[in-house]
Amino acid sequence: MSVADYAAAQGLHRVGARPPLWNYLKQTWERRDFTVAMARFRIQAEQQRNRLGMLWLVLQPSLNALVYGTIFGLLQAGSRPDGWAAYVVIGVFLFQYFSSSLNDGARSITGNRALVQSLAFPRITLPISVVLENLMALLPMLAVMVTAVLVMGYPPSWEWLLMVPLLALYTLFNTGIALIAARLTVHVRDLTQVLPFVNRMLFYTSGVLFAVDKILASYPWLVRLYDFHPLYQVLQIARGLLMHRGEYSLHYWLYFALWSVVTFVVGLLFFWVAEERYGRE
Amino acid sequence: MAESEQVTAVAAEHGRPVVIVDQLHVKYRIFAGGRRARGRASRSGLFTLGGRGVRTVHALKGVSFTAYANESIGVIGHNGSGKSTLMRAITGLTPPAAGAVYATTRPNLLGVGAALLPDLSGENNIVLGGLALGFSKGEVTGLRDEIVEFAELQDAIELPMRTYSSGMQARLKFAIATAKHHEILIVDEALSVGDRQFRERSEARIREIRADAGTIFLVSHSMKSIRDTCDRVLWIHRGKLRMDGPTEKVVQAYEKSRTAGR
Repeated sequence: MSVADYAAAQGLHRVGARPPLWNYLKQTWERRDFTVAMARFRIQAEQQRNRLGMLWLVLQPSLNALVYGTIFGLLQAGSRPDGWAAYVVIGVFLFQYFSSSLNDGARSITGNRALVQSLAFPRITLPISVVLENLMALLPMLAVMVTAVLVMGYPPSWEWLLMVPLLALYTLFNTGIALIAARLTVHVRDLTQVLPFVNRMLFYTSGVLFAVDKILASYPWLVRLYDFHPLYQVLQIARGLLMHRGEYSLHYWLYFALWSVVTFVVGLLFFWVAEERYGRE
Repeated sequence: MAESEQVTAVAAEHGRPVVIVDQLHVKYRIFAGGRRARGRASRSGLFTLGGRGVRTVHALKGVSFTAYANESIGVIGHNGSGKSTLMRAITGLTPPAAGAVYATTRPNLLGVGAALLPDLSGENNIVLGGLALGFSKGEVTGLRDEIVEFAELQDAIELPMRTYSSGMQARLKFAIATAKHHEILIVDEALSVGDRQFRERSEARIREIRADAGTIFLVSHSMKSIRDTCDRVLWIHRGKLRMDGPTEKVVQAYEKSRTAGR
């Protein structure tokens, strides 16, 4: 009888073994209070020492949008899309949800080394709580977004409610991205040095600040490529809903839903497979 | 084969085994800082890209033992001998390079400090720490008063934790961590925190947990607290189990080796 058999006969299990996927998800669900509390308290802690406190959650992205809006508004002059202020605010705010999920997700395991090495819980709660934290930060920004849209003269409509399923899909997408980034950073720490460039590049290629079909009119093949760009699709759907531009095709919903589900499932599996590795270094 | 028969025979004597450590090896990979590690450094292709070597530290070299229900086991050894690594491997937090650890339930390290946020009030940290330990929301609310009282923080509980003295922080962490019933608990030098009065109370708390049909591992440099709390001691020396036996015998041998200059 080997030691393993003897242990099994005595009702002992191997410690730290990766649970099967279903059990893993169950354990994660049992930790939901912890996940939410971590997200909520971290937002609170971050703003704790600022005099304006939570107001910065709205001020910071608004100032960002103001700077980008002014500079790119002047540069583009004639080829500026209609409803410029609303266009920029929707673009910048929604993109920030993605970029901070990617950034913070990448650091969610390596940046919590002490926590990972001292308590046992499904590690997936860390990247999930990071995305949740960013979703919570997005909610007050949505109020600013709606204000900008109203100020630009777009009347409210029932279509706005479709933002809810859109954000749900977007959250799924960002979670998948955060999970993939979290594991990759564990293997190659240098990735955190590259991420700012990846973020910047995506920012300037996702149609955050310009109308792709106008700017790239002389490269029709490139414009067609944008039909498969998930971030561009989110922004265009949101603009279509909030600004009644009807400029996005309904296909975008289907494509983006596919993108979200596939990214999430791939991220989940990719992260779960390496569960035993986290905390080694 | 003979070895496992021996294991079975011992089990009959001691009762139910709760932790079995079988030929445990743990290695750490470290990126050599500063000068390039040469010669003995082992390398793996990808990581030498930037001209930086990877050094492997063999922290545990084949440790085996079995712990039984209701034992309280002291773990002693010099700094860097691998005590803390062994404890982390037992909790499953540090994956083994070879060998395995088996346990009835997942052993818990007495350490919740890493989950707490210095900018939050003590109050909120109790919630966060409790949830991190696996309590439900309702249970945390129920335990709140008990934790505050044990940590003696009634007056400061609304203040952010960063304003606490190190003793106050240690008390709060200890109070949160021990609020949970642990079947197998690992205490890593936690008894040395706080003032004398709190130390006595925390030792009493440890004995309480032990009486609660738990198994305890105590890592400490204080031979006094080892003698007071443990009935069996493991002596780890340079990643190997040098001695395993009754407290008095092992502690005496350990102290003798220290006064002998090695």
